[in-house]
Amino acid sequence: MASQQPQASQQRLALGKALEELATRLSEHLKGVATKVEADKRSMVINIEVDRSRILEAAKILSSLGFDHVKSLTGVDYPDKGVIELMVHIGSYSRGLRRIMAILRSKLDRKDPRAPTLTQIWPSSEFQEREAWEMFGIVFEGHPDLRRLLLPEEFEGLWPGRKDFEIPTRKAGEAEEPWK
Amino acid sequence: MVASSIAIEEISKELIQTRDLGVTEEGERLVELQIGPTHPGSGHMRIRVWVDGDIIVRCDPDIGFVFRTIEKLSENRIYMKTIPLVERPSLLDTTPMTIGYINALEKLMGIEPPPRAKYLRTILAELTRIASHLYGIGILAIFLGHSTGFMWGFGDRELFVELANQLSGARITYAYVVPGGVRRDMPQSFPDNVEKALRYMERRLKDWYKIFLNNPVIEDRLREVGVLRKNDAVKLGITGPNLRASGVDFDVRVADPYEAYDELDFMVPVAEEGDAYARTLVRFEEIKQSINIIRDALKKMPSGDIIHPQIARMFNPLMKKIYEETRRVKFPGIFASLKPPKGEATARVEAGRGEALFHIVSDGSPRPYRFRWTTPSYRNVILFKYMIPGHRLADLPAIYGSLDYFPPEADR
Repeated sequence: MASQQPQASQQRLALGKALEELATRLSEHLKGVATKVEADKRSMVINIEVDRSRILEAAKILSSLGFDHVKSLTGVDYPDKGVIELMVHIGSYSRGLRRIMAILRSKLDRKDPRAPTLTQIWPSSEFQEREAWEMFGIVFEGHPDLRRLLLPEEFEGLWPGRKDFEIPTRKAGEAEEPWK
Repeated sequence: MVASSIAIEEISKELIQTRDLGVTEEGERLVELQIGPTHPGSGHMRIRVWVDGDIIVRCDPDIGFVFRTIEKLSENRIYMKTIPLVERPSLLDTTPMTIGYINALEKLMGIEPPPRAKYLRTILAELTRIASHLYGIGILAIFLGHSTGFMWGFGDRELFVELANQLSGARITYAYVVPGGVRRDMPQSFPDNVEKALRYMERRLKDWYKIFLNNPVIEDRLREVGVLRKNDAVKLGITGPNLRASGVDFDVRVADPYEAYDELDFMVPVAEEGDAYARTLVRFEEIKQSINIIRDALKKMPSGDIIHPQIARMFNPLMKKIYEETRRVKFPGIFASLKPPKGEATARVEAGRGEALFHIVSDGSPRPYRFRWTTPSYRNVILFKYMIPGHRLADLPAIYGSLDYFPPEADR
């Protein structure tokens, strides 16, 4: 076991290096489109931040580079900043890229969150966009079939995924006290 | 009649597809069928199908009947209380899910479990993988009217559930994986019992092939039914055995190894045909590989601690005594207000049905700011919409069963 430990850490170092190289290569491809390209060695992901208007452009470039499917598409609500962040985990089934994931992030206006649909580029995002719409109210322009996925038909109240949504039996932001 | 046919002409073809009452090309009404949500086989989901004769022309999966809002619930809970929470939706293979959540949490905390804990986690994950595949095969068998397969599947699964019970102390919801290690060490009789069960399963698999896979009726029902081509599988982001049956060699255990998988000896079974039969075959082959993994892991099992020393240091004398005498971990009370540093972490695992992804956004408080979790069934549900049209209604149960779709896991 002792001999395997340094080997594993060496492997991790090499992987981290490969990830950084890929991040620099990606930032060259996404020059002018992405505002920030950053490698996260801990999670083996590359964070790509883009402006709302450049989402489609960035998605097209990523798709042409071999990222072929969406693993997760969702929103993260930041009420104090007034934004909802669109967070898309993108992966690849090809041998060269399967080890890493890219996270495409874009800040949307919380009052009227709109984003272009990614279904034309990644059909795998169809159902996930429906979920992001019903939970966070993100309108995906051009989505072929934007309706509720998980919520029941008779559900009332808007955007249960957001932070200020009040569960009838509990006030917004109120949590159980862990030490009781 | 005349009036209605004029009205029909005014409706564009596209609209017919989205209307509840459409018409066929010959002017006959399409029939909408509701399968579920209380169907004895379909589980907790509704499948709306529109049929022309007995050919399905459109299929709309309506999920969410067992939607438990795990992502929202976890925002109001401390980190430790989310461990049992992520087990609930995917009851059949709970360990991979807890491993994924804990891996993301450990990345945030910056700790790594000792090697022995990694091996124990791997063994339990593989035990549940076998149990989960046997469950899926049993359900497929009863869908096809093969009730022996159903009984055998559930009967053989019992062995692995019982083994998991010996290791973790619970049959289904183990909560065995904790930050920095596992809850308890394996009992001394465990390796022998596992070997007995594995030998039984290997013998049993030969019977399974005889009675189920090489059964001409089963072959007729499954071969060239529900064909998913490689390109479509990649495009739709399908995952797990369903993906590998379409010829894509992708398994998170190999692509992005976690726990002890990079030190263990196993193969990833891949089939090219992409039909329901190939998907079933891949599941059987995966059971064989899981048997190899468990054997290999027990052979290479390192000795030592089962919990990270940083956590062991926080034990009070009584906890230390319990840990040294019985090798059981009692968690220090400080974990009730466990505050990982600010940041984000992503982890992914290969669960029984495919890849599960976990993303935690931490704001430094004792509760996750946002917890995102996608499960394999959730990603595979899109197949109902795109793969089923064009098949006969009688093929629907066969395709459904071959996908090993589990509604609670998809709804989360």
